[in-house]
Amino acid sequence: MNANNQNPTLTGSEILWATLVGEGVTTVFGYPGGAILPVYDALRKFPIHHVLVRHEQGASHMADGYARASGQVGVCMATSGPGATNLVTGLATAMLDSIPMIAITGQVSSKVLGSDAFQEVDITGITLPITKHNFLVTRAEDIAPIVREAFQIARSGRPGPVLVDITKDAQQAMAAFDFDAAAPAPYRPHPMLRAENSAIREAMELIRAAKRPIIFAGHGINQSGAEREVIEFAERLHIPVASTLLGLGSFPASHPLSLGMMGMHGESWVNNAIQQSDLLLAFGMRFDDRVTGNLASYAPNAKKIHIEIDPSEINKNVKADVALIGDLREVLSTLLELIPATGWDRSSSDAWLKQINASKGNEAVRDIINLPDNGHLYAAHVIHDIWREAVAAGREKDTIIVTDVGQHQMWEAQYFRHNAPRTLVTSGGLGTMGFALPAAIGAKAACPEKDVWVIAGDGGFQMTAAELSTIVQENLHINIAVINNGFLGMVRQWQEAFYDKNYSCSPILSPDFVKLAEAHGIPGAHITQRKDVTPAVTKARTGSSAFLINFSVEKEDGVYPMIAPGSALHEMVRRPNPLIETGEDE
Amino acid sequence: MLHTFVALVDDKPGVLTRVASLFRRLSVNIVSLTVGESEREGVSRMTIVAEAPENAAHRIRASLYKLEIVRSVDEVGRSEAVIRELCLIKVAAGPNAPHGLHSRSQIFELATVFRARVVDLAPESIMLEMTGSASKIEGLLQVLREASYDVLEVSRTGRMAMRRGHHTSRVLKALGTQPAAATAHFPSRPDEDDLPNQFAE
Repeated sequence: MNANNQNPTLTGSEILWATLVGEGVTTVFGYPGGAILPVYDALRKFPIHHVLVRHEQGASHMADGYARASGQVGVCMATSGPGATNLVTGLATAMLDSIPMIAITGQVSSKVLGSDAFQEVDITGITLPITKHNFLVTRAEDIAPIVREAFQIARSGRPGPVLVDITKDAQQAMAAFDFDAAAPAPYRPHPMLRAENSAIREAMELIRAAKRPIIFAGHGINQSGAEREVIEFAERLHIPVASTLLGLGSFPASHPLSLGMMGMHGESWVNNAIQQSDLLLAFGMRFDDRVTGNLASYAPNAKKIHIEIDPSEINKNVKADVALIGDLREVLSTLLELIPATGWDRSSSDAWLKQINASKGNEAVRDIINLPDNGHLYAAHVIHDIWREAVAAGREKDTIIVTDVGQHQMWEAQYFRHNAPRTLVTSGGLGTMGFALPAAIGAKAACPEKDVWVIAGDGGFQMTAAELSTIVQENLHINIAVINNGFLGMVRQWQEAFYDKNYSCSPILSPDFVKLAEAHGIPGAHITQRKDVTPAVTKARTGSSAFLINFSVEKEDGVYPMIAPGSALHEMVRRPNPLIETGEDE
Repeated sequence: MLHTFVALVDDKPGVLTRVASLFRRLSVNIVSLTVGESEREGVSRMTIVAEAPENAAHRIRASLYKLEIVRSVDEVGRSEAVIRELCLIKVAAGPNAPHGLHSRSQIFELATVFRARVVDLAPESIMLEMTGSASKIEGLLQVLREASYDVLEVSRTGRMAMRRGHHTSRVLKALGTQPAAATAHFPSRPDEDDLPNQFAE
């Protein structure tokens, strides 16, 4: 690039990288191939680090993990055809959890588009329902404006993934490059946003009248950066806070007003409190079926105030009595102006909190954390000990946990206490097994100063275990905890509960994960006793390279409490006492 | 029930797929969909008639707005808008047709009553062109069939809708020609945009 020239003429590939640099991108996760070779050829001229993945699905999860950990847009890259289709699972994962992400794919030359050319696939058609938007670019001069627009779309409103498919001839052609002139038109907010004074007034009336209110902390708190406002709101009004899975960490778990996670595997006192509540304040969440259970009997006596940026979520599953449609931080700031900083009448909320805490006490005593293990190794203990170790080392708020999907994910949500935002990276909406390892690489690339833990089951870990090699090539210090129970655990639990213990295809054979790690040059350890957990965790955390710990845990342990699909929130299956009190489960 | 949406969308390749795909994803059947140029360059106008529960309209409209290529969406009811459809009907009218050659004069009469026009006269058939509400078009078709005419081909455009009265300012606003300051954060909306109660009995 010639600094003296206002509008240098560059190749499409150079324009792409220059635009990414201009948008603040420093890291791209990708895999080269025929239709994107011009782009890879131009990479060396630009200050962007490229992480070579082992499978394009990994690239998409890395970009996703990067975005979740940092709040910045994650970028992944792949070639046409199979490279592009391998991104699909990662795009859908990001779409369901509203993650800002850009996927750039190479495409065959525009002259042969639609001819079934080698490695041609209609990736904009394929990804249409699983991206927030996508583009096909066939001219070099369109690359800068479209990529800039893609970033604006990915970041704005309710964030989401955007795919930009660029034909090979557009990558090779020359065009003038002017970053500033390529700026997109000013962002147009969704025209149905509305949080007018009358609705604010109605919300305040409901809040004043409420005797048993609960705040729902959702992912929107993170997305909007409203953590401080939520704490302020809860403290001024003295309202307890329940969290969704993706909301964990957005309100400190150790805050006296924090109840914990709600929903299918939420604690009994949380779900019971929701059923008894007279006012739900939903902050940036969408009443997913895993949160509500049976809708017909959901929170029957509660009025609902729904604060949400996406108007299509309002009244989708649960009817809102007051809908405040807009950015959560802005709406909460408006509400906070109407709430005195001190002197709010707390008499009814004190009684309500007392009532919740009373119901908690009984369950909490039976909490698995507080019970002897009798020589067994429980996944819940392992996860809780990882948290305690981080606290003891003063690293709690600098520890990012990246989970896979299944039982260990729910135990993580129950027993790892997240006190800082963006410390839990997990696939909530899509529930993508194989997410953890690649997403952790993205999280570590975004936050190299933080301790990053993968917590994965033996099933999900094997789905993307090839990325161990990426960890080594990138020399990343990522700690890996495999919760190994020899089963696809959540499937087994459902088969136990709903399919008469017919364990159809849920027992799974695994390689020796420690040897597998060793083959990659990653040290590791087998742990079978609880007393060995903490020392191994410390060793992993304080080491100089990645470390894998294989935890051989109880084979047929279950996640409790549990609400069966279709049941009401208060009809939960409690922890079976014999299992917990005697440690005998076989 | 039938919902009629008027959407102004970018005039670009793939826009129709995006709109159609949204309805597919919501599992809502499109009864008719017309697309054509609007009063503004680069902007197409779609009229979409969809069969969906009464409470689905808000979500459909909100979801349409989430498509990046959509600039404005309006849901119009029967009373507040002119809704029209164009139809071409080809009827057998040769010597071997059910009413023989007499049928021609009778078809002309019917056309006059229904304010349809004869646009093609061939030895074996007559083509009628008719514009009107869907029920009027169905009326003519029904009369033709009941009188045992042999309807050879029917081509209908599907409904087009336009609000009665003065709504231009609203369209201009949706197109972004209003000063940006007025649309900051929470733009005020006309009354008809009030959230319907999705869960009303």
